[in-house]
Amino acid sequence: MTDSKYFTTTKKGEIFELKAELNSDKKEKKKEAVKKVIASMTVGKDVSALFPDVVNCMQTDNLELKKLVYLYLMNYAKSQPDMAIMAVNTFVKDCEDPNPLIRALAVRTMGCIRVDKITEYLCEPLRKCLKDEDPYVRKTAAVCVAKLHDINAQLVEDQGFLDTLKDLISDSNPMVVANAVAALSEIAESHPSSNLLDLNPQSINKLLTALNECTEWGQIFILDCLANYTPKDDREAQSICERVTPRLSHANSAVVLSAVKVLMKFMEMLSKDLDYYGTLLKKLAPPLVTLLSAEPELQYVALRNINLIVQKRPEILKHEMKVFFVKYNDPIYVKLEKLDIMIRLASQANIAQVLAELKEYATEVDVDFVRKAVRAIGRCAIKVEQSAERCVSTLLDLIQTKVNYVVQEAIVVIKDIFRKYPNKYESVIATLCENLDSLDEPEARAAMIWIVGEYAERIDNADELLESFLEGFHDESTQVQLQLLTAIVKLFLKKPTETQELVQQVLSLATQDSDNPDLRDRGYIYWRLLSTDPVAAKEVVLAEKPLISEETDLIEPTLLDELICYIGTLASVYHKPPSAFVEGGRGVVHKSLPPRTASSESAESPETAPTGAPPGEQPDVIPAQGDLLGDLLNLDLGPPVSGPPLATSSVQMGAVDLLGGGLDSLIGGTNFVAPPTAAVPANLGAPIGSGLSDLFDLTSGVGTLSGSYVAPKAVWLPAMKAKGLEISGTFTRQVGSISMDLQLTNKALQVMTDFAIQFNRNSFGLAPAAPLQVHAPLSPNQTVEISLPLSTVGSVMKMEPLNNLQVAVKNNIDVFYFSTLYPLHILFVEDGKMDRQMFLATWKDIPNENEAQFQIRDCPLNAEAASSKLQSSNIFTVAKRNVEGQDMLYQSLKLTNGIWVLAELRIQPGNPSCTLSLKCRAPEVSQHVYQAYETILKN
Amino acid sequence: MIGGLFIYNHKGEVLISRVYRDDIGSRQAADSAVFSSSGPFPGERLGGSVRRNAVDAFRVNVIHARQQVRSPVTNIARTSFFHVKRSNIWLAAVTKQNVNAAMVFEFLYKMCDVMAAYFGKISEENIKNNFVLIYELLDEILDFGYPQNSETGALKTFITQQGIKSQTKEEQSQITSQVTGQIGWRREGIKYRRNELFLDVLESVNLLMSPQGQVLSAHVSGRVVMKSYLSGMPECKFGMNDKIVIEKQGKGTADETSKSGKQSIAIDDCTFHQCVRLSKFDSERSISFIPPDGEFELMRYRTTKDIILPFRVIPLVREVGRTKLEVKVVIKSNFKPSLLAQKIEVRIPTPLNTSGVQVICMKGKAKYKASENAIVWKIKRMAGMKESQISAEIELLPTNDKKKWARPPISMNFEVPFAPSGLKVRYLKVFEPKLNYSDHDVIKWVRYIGRSGIYETRC
Repeated sequence: MTDSKYFTTTKKGEIFELKAELNSDKKEKKKEAVKKVIASMTVGKDVSALFPDVVNCMQTDNLELKKLVYLYLMNYAKSQPDMAIMAVNTFVKDCEDPNPLIRALAVRTMGCIRVDKITEYLCEPLRKCLKDEDPYVRKTAAVCVAKLHDINAQLVEDQGFLDTLKDLISDSNPMVVANAVAALSEIAESHPSSNLLDLNPQSINKLLTALNECTEWGQIFILDCLANYTPKDDREAQSICERVTPRLSHANSAVVLSAVKVLMKFMEMLSKDLDYYGTLLKKLAPPLVTLLSAEPELQYVALRNINLIVQKRPEILKHEMKVFFVKYNDPIYVKLEKLDIMIRLASQANIAQVLAELKEYATEVDVDFVRKAVRAIGRCAIKVEQSAERCVSTLLDLIQTKVNYVVQEAIVVIKDIFRKYPNKYESVIATLCENLDSLDEPEARAAMIWIVGEYAERIDNADELLESFLEGFHDESTQVQLQLLTAIVKLFLKKPTETQELVQQVLSLATQDSDNPDLRDRGYIYWRLLSTDPVAAKEVVLAEKPLISEETDLIEPTLLDELICYIGTLASVYHKPPSAFVEGGRGVVHKSLPPRTASSESAESPETAPTGAPPGEQPDVIPAQGDLLGDLLNLDLGPPVSGPPLATSSVQMGAVDLLGGGLDSLIGGTNFVAPPTAAVPANLGAPIGSGLSDLFDLTSGVGTLSGSYVAPKAVWLPAMKAKGLEISGTFTRQVGSISMDLQLTNKALQVMTDFAIQFNRNSFGLAPAAPLQVHAPLSPNQTVEISLPLSTVGSVMKMEPLNNLQVAVKNNIDVFYFSTLYPLHILFVEDGKMDRQMFLATWKDIPNENEAQFQIRDCPLNAEAASSKLQSSNIFTVAKRNVEGQDMLYQSLKLTNGIWVLAELRIQPGNPSCTLSLKCRAPEVSQHVYQAYETILKN
Repeated sequence: MIGGLFIYNHKGEVLISRVYRDDIGSRQAADSAVFSSSGPFPGERLGGSVRRNAVDAFRVNVIHARQQVRSPVTNIARTSFFHVKRSNIWLAAVTKQNVNAAMVFEFLYKMCDVMAAYFGKISEENIKNNFVLIYELLDEILDFGYPQNSETGALKTFITQQGIKSQTKEEQSQITSQVTGQIGWRREGIKYRRNELFLDVLESVNLLMSPQGQVLSAHVSGRVVMKSYLSGMPECKFGMNDKIVIEKQGKGTADETSKSGKQSIAIDDCTFHQCVRLSKFDSERSISFIPPDGEFELMRYRTTKDIILPFRVIPLVREVGRTKLEVKVVIKSNFKPSLLAQKIEVRIPTPLNTSGVQVICMKGKAKYKASENAIVWKIKRMAGMKESQISAEIELLPTNDKKKWARPPISMNFEVPFAPSGLKVRYLKVFEPKLNYSDHDVIKWVRYIGRSGIYETRC
């Protein structure tokens, strides 16, 4: 029997005929008619007019017919929502059918009908099917929850389907588990904050067990889900790795790649000294090589991933160069990727082989491939110094072929080789000059002009060569024009006598006849330089150039780390984070590799906190626009505009004074009070005077000293948003001085220098009291810790929220903006203790509508402990009372700008939550004072 | 996950379209006229008014694209298209999310396998003839874009195009437990009067040799294909001369190790059918499984050490002036004289501006095929340790094309009755505790075939 005949009816009046057939009494005829309808639908004809007639055929015990009708429904229900309701009854009935295949079919189809009215009716049958006795129905129902969530997320939450779905993770059937994992993962992606996939060692164990038993697809779902888990220490990471490695022998490449992803990610946590680490590295290579014997499309996916893996861990495949040799029949996309990986793996050991291969490739047919091969030869020369000579001679051979695009490509790379190895290969310049005429691409022309200008003193006819380019100056691309301008100026500085005319010509072409601002500006700069101080001009234009780096085309390390978390997925194929190609919020959760953790370290040390999960309320990086810009423009000037001058010498003076005062013992006991993060700032005594008096005051009775609570450092500016500069930090208050403890990490590939910082105006006039001092340039992967003293005498502007601080940091690369929230207690001053009478009077004086009440939960402290804890952060207890078994603490505090806040803290013994009432003349601070209380009391 | 799946013919007309996700624009009623109709292609009518959706986007940007396909993954307007081609049929999976790309391709291949198992060759005609079946399959093996059980053995028990009225309750639950169960690839209650199994060791040997005879790269990629006709749920154990296993066994007697060491081979890497217990292989390196019924690929492996290269090609190319080339190629067979190689074909590329060719060969037939730009030399049979030679004179038309002839490598095809990797099957034991047949009652056949993969010598 063939179905193709259904496609052949194209007569007019067809719909009418079909209608008649659909309503026929004969079953066979009905079925035939439905098939014709589906055929028409496939080719894109509108057969929605037949909706009622087709739905009428739904009530049948013929499964094939039923499936066809369902297919029709899925396509047209959306355009005919009212009619679709007609089908509901049958669905509900089918969900009760004794045949599990029909129950599953009904629930599967119902989920695909995206009509709001229908979804209401779907809930009950779905609930039943999720608990069905048959695993086939349960696995279908699990996916249906994800479908329903896509239509109406709220409904799914309200109906409690998420919990049922979570239960299915413990199902006895592995396929049900796999589908439940898939559905939960997808739902969790649209709620990044929710803890839907509550992964813990127990649930991980269940998943690992199911991994051995489910279908290949199920294994992929589970492995992809495992990759999102962060093990608590290296032991757990190792034990998961051990159970995942058998998957590397699976026939399905996707299973293999997903397993590789889990291993690559968890490997981050293993110490390199571990034997197991070495074993794992060895185990990873063979399966990756095997992927290259898969079908070409999969090879492509594998190669794109290997490209990432080779950058992250070059040791894995360093001996496998040969498998990346290009085969003549490989599709072009495979060839190009292989070439890329070959260069990454090139080393002194294998360079001879690689070069021989590249030379072969340079004679192939595909232009793109040949170009890339030629460029690769140049990259080898730059990467492996020993091979440079051979590379250059290979390139010269290629230039002799006179194939236009080969010559051009070769010249572009030779320019880079000159840069890398100055004064070594300049003898080839003569050969290059012979090919001047054949260059028609801007990049090659620019490269050649650069060479002529750079080595003008060795090329006898340099002026003639450059002059020849000058004729068509206006037709050249900007790249060539700029290069030509620079080259002629260089030439002039080297041979001033013969080339005066030439240089004048080019300067006037650039400044007067061009409307390209870059070109004009460069022209003017040269012009002025040359006319004012030719010696300086020589120093500037002919300055020694820094060497170029060895590796090119490397992916930014932070992006690379993120992409490693996406091995196997589209992101790893595109080498872009998902946010670059996925619409909306779905699937754009930023992922990062887990930090290295040893099991011997306890969880208390701040480094163990997963850096991937910054605190929820962290404010976003602020965009570089608006009024902020005006303030930040003078950033280049370096030191901040406002704030008292604070020299480091005075700090030492302060320390001496302290010692002189006979308080040695105190220093021992005070300065180092605030562990663990507070690297005690060197500039202890910012306002020395007040600091001292405070100290004396403190001796009179307070137990703990001035160790105001310090939050652990949080990432303020992720490297992704600041071209590789990562800033994390926190605020501290030590003996009356506020400082911002910063940790700058360079995650870019280049050295960072010239750091400066500035704040936008803010609510309490916080401003840097000293310039940001980063003494040495920050080299890649280096981290530096700085404590920046702050003053509160900057200009004031009310911010929303009140404690928002907008910061700009500048370095040699760019200016970056971010904003952060500072805890208010850094502003609580040391003389914030009010006397009793004053307290009472003020409390009464402040109108009642200014009073705010807050609950502090989960804080099982007694009055004594709370009082001393708060005191260390400059919240002073004025009086204490006991009313009806409750402890009442009356407290006062003063902000740096002189605002007083009065508090009443009610603590009930045995009850973990306490009540805080705040009264203040500026009620907007209350909320933040409450937050400060909460942080202090809970830490 | 996968948002939709389309099948096109070579003209870009849609044969099958199934949309799983709303974010993929389907082409409902947007235009008509494909298949047998006489109207123009929808692609050509893509005016401003017609909604340009996923189906059309792929046709216009990939199938109708002028240049060669540069990537199997294409991103058009934030929608990603994965495609594979089988003869002149395009299969495209579409998504807007960050899906597992490897999984999508594996699924597309699987889809092809399943279709082939149901109706043979994937052709436009077969697809049109079975479109209802294909929709039914797509409904079953892809749910909301998530691949489900796609083992043909299991699928064929309930997707039959016959309706399932007649099934009893027991049969139904058997079906569902099989589809979702741990052994999803085999059904219960299989019975054969004669328990029989066939093992084929199929290897393809790949070589890239320099003109001077230096091996640039060589590897064997092999497959063990099993055809099983066994009753019940048999537990099988497969053994081969894997170096690691042999060395482990021979640990006690050093003498034995050295003796068997000669015959054992080092396997670089291997992958297994999903029926093989991977954790057991990982810990004990033993290959145990319950096989699917009928034919399946038990394992794939790769070796690079001590490969027997069945043929050596020695090329000699001389350019005589600008209009003549002299080519001489010698092939030497390098295996036991008692064995015969078959279907030998040597392909010698010729320049594009070839005007005439004279060939003389000692054995077989040689012909210049202008359409393929090559001299094709065919030899039906050749015994081991022999050699044969071909010489050709190629006349060239003078051209002013500066570009030199690329000299593609000389490639070779052949088939030999042994495994070039040296792999030997040591045993395949069958246990079926519930039924009364033992390992001895099973009739077993083993066959070795070595074929050329990409077997090239540069000249």
